[in-house]
Amino acid sequence: MLDLKQDYFALFGLAPSYAVDLDRLEQAYLDLQAKVHPDRFAHLSDAEKRLSMQWATYANEAFRTLKSPLERGQYVLELKGVDPEFETNTAMSAEFLMEQMEWREALGEAREAGDEDTLEELARRIRRDGKALVEQLGAQLDEQDDLAAAADTVRRMKFLEKLQHEINDALTALES
Amino acid sequence: MALLQISEPGLSTAPHQHRLAAGIDLGTTNSLVATVRNGVPLCLQDEEGRILLPSVVHYLPDGQVAVGRKAQVAQAVDPRNTIVSVKRFMGRGLKDVAHVETMPYDFVDAEGMVRLRTVQGVKSPVEVSAEVLRDLRIRAERSLGGELTGAVITVPAYFDDAQRQATKDAARLAGINVLRLLNEPTAAAIAYGLENASEGVYAVYDLGGGTFDLSILRLSRGVFEVVATSGDASLGGDDFDHRLFCWILDNAGISLPSDRDARRLLMKAREVKERLTSDDSVPIRLTLDSGDEVDLTLDRSVFADITATLVAKTLKPMKKALRDAGLEPEDVKGVVMVGGATRMPHVQKTVGDFFGQTPLTNLDPDTVVAIGAAMQANILAGNRAAEDEWLLLDVIPLSLGVETMGGLAEKIIPRNSTIPTARAQDFTTFKDGQTAMAFHVLQGERELVSACRSLARFELRGIPPMVAGAARIRVTFQVDADGLLSVTAREQTTGTEATVQVKPAYGLADDEITEMLKSGFEHARDDMELRGLKEQQVEAERVIEATEKALLADGNLLSDAERADLDAAIAALKSAAAGEDARAIKIQLESFNRASNEFASRRMDKSIRQALAGHKIDEIRL
Repeated sequence: MLDLKQDYFALFGLAPSYAVDLDRLEQAYLDLQAKVHPDRFAHLSDAEKRLSMQWATYANEAFRTLKSPLERGQYVLELKGVDPEFETNTAMSAEFLMEQMEWREALGEAREAGDEDTLEELARRIRRDGKALVEQLGAQLDEQDDLAAAADTVRRMKFLEKLQHEINDALTALES
Repeated sequence: MALLQISEPGLSTAPHQHRLAAGIDLGTTNSLVATVRNGVPLCLQDEEGRILLPSVVHYLPDGQVAVGRKAQVAQAVDPRNTIVSVKRFMGRGLKDVAHVETMPYDFVDAEGMVRLRTVQGVKSPVEVSAEVLRDLRIRAERSLGGELTGAVITVPAYFDDAQRQATKDAARLAGINVLRLLNEPTAAAIAYGLENASEGVYAVYDLGGGTFDLSILRLSRGVFEVVATSGDASLGGDDFDHRLFCWILDNAGISLPSDRDARRLLMKAREVKERLTSDDSVPIRLTLDSGDEVDLTLDRSVFADITATLVAKTLKPMKKALRDAGLEPEDVKGVVMVGGATRMPHVQKTVGDFFGQTPLTNLDPDTVVAIGAAMQANILAGNRAAEDEWLLLDVIPLSLGVETMGGLAEKIIPRNSTIPTARAQDFTTFKDGQTAMAFHVLQGERELVSACRSLARFELRGIPPMVAGAARIRVTFQVDADGLLSVTAREQTTGTEATVQVKPAYGLADDEITEMLKSGFEHARDDMELRGLKEQQVEAERVIEATEKALLADGNLLSDAERADLDAAIAALKSAAAGEDARAIKIQLESFNRASNEFASRRMDKSIRQALAGHKIDEIRL
């Protein structure tokens, strides 16, 4: 049982690269859940129920990780023995940090003003930038094998994700 | 309702016995029970041929308890002892309950959950709900001709952990083995999706008597995947009644009606609301006990105006769910309407305008949830072959987290995570030599602890003294397939551990349940003992049958010695089950579970490898 749990990619029968075929990932996930989901074991013994919950939990965790471009990047780095050091390593290019500050300022102002359009526009820009980073990370991990650069990209993606969350929260707050 | 036949006779688990399973919709206003018979789901009737059981419980001075219509009749004469819409109090403190001032009850603000003082003593909402559930269990057992193996109980998708736990406790108190707590909109989606062979993204708009849910699901062949869920756990048809009740008071110039008058006016308000679904204008005439005369006429358009803000309150959850799902309204292929309150024309119009399409109303909004629950119960009870089963992937509605420094909530499991799920987070000590750490478990989306629901508090003790920041305390949140949370805290360097079932804060402590079970069965102690024995025997039979079937299929996974051990364990369990000692069977069951653990684990591995093998072949082909 343990060997099956060593690697999310192996679990879903996928090659351990950053680029993944999302349709195949999803199909493999659904096939696995079809076997292990607690609904399949509700009428069986406690031992089987417990195992099923553990496996279904693991399958969900693995799927969630590989589906998200950010978490997948982080996971590939971990498999290669690199910790992206979100907490400690905040060394970013001045240019990126400047842009971040501008965005945060724009977010703060739009939130204050209750300006939904600006928030939506900001969200679109972040999504666009995020997409570019995903492509960049793919190249860094799968082609160039430049782990330091990849870790830097993952950290940037993390920044953008946080910002995205804050924009969503601001938009939700505006609707109340 | 004409559903597609979903189980052909040849595909069931026959020759094994069909297990009696039911789906129960425990509603704010009405409750009902359904089952699958000969492959066709249907709602079960009471002795008078009625399907809906009003969720009303009347406690009489002589110790009798009336449930349903009989209780409903007592509403106006004995409002204090007649509990309606008790679902609104499940897992809730007094401060969380809206319109307390217009309710005729004698509230007791107990810790955690509010209680009600009745002529039969103080009752918890769990006990009141259990009366409704017991009535439905008896109805099902009478109708099916045997004891239920178990039931699926539905809950609003937006119910938090405390409300879910309270519901499960109520079922237990009613003598029901809960196969699963199922979210109401998900149950509706199962019934709708299977009947219409739907594929694509669907929204379920479920406005019940006291709760509102909005779930977005992706339906594809054999898979029901909830992508996002949102709602308001205290918004429903009751609020429309209340708005109308206030309108009547204002326009009839009545202030401070008596409890009895208030209840009569509320009942009148509900009646008028229901009639406005088909009539453009409804007269309201009533003479109150106080002598006040009510003589008014209400137009549908005026009713729509005075309740417009309530309908508007459902828009925000709709937007939030779509945003969480990363979808736009036009991505939604169909909107399924569930719950009696969706019959109101202005609700349908608002939803239609939002999604840019006419909502789907071809299912009976009152029964669709119970029907879906029955279908799921049939599967969970093991009445269908694994290949025929659909896969249901649901989510938690609200984020789970812990309190951190400064009264802030830190999320550990975000909302809309697919269940079952587990997440861990590491914490550390902040003082030198600190040996204990307190945790406060929260549910909700807000940053401030005070704006979240407090689920439990617990302490991890026995941390070895270290310098500040040296201890590594891993807190693991596990949410099971019922959406219920358990939390474990473990100091990593020494293995000191503390576990809490997130239960006592809002649910009932285990001994409280035991106490209620005892008192509830006081007059029928023998019956209870018999039931206990029967339950253990059924459980033993079930486990033996499942294991023997598994051994036939996968006996080769065991060595001869292991096989002999398991056979011996089966024999021991069989002989205990043949006896009359419930405790002895329980002990044998536990030791049997230990003995079969390794076998279960190997079978699981085998099945997973089979699932993976299909993909390996794909890969070679690429």
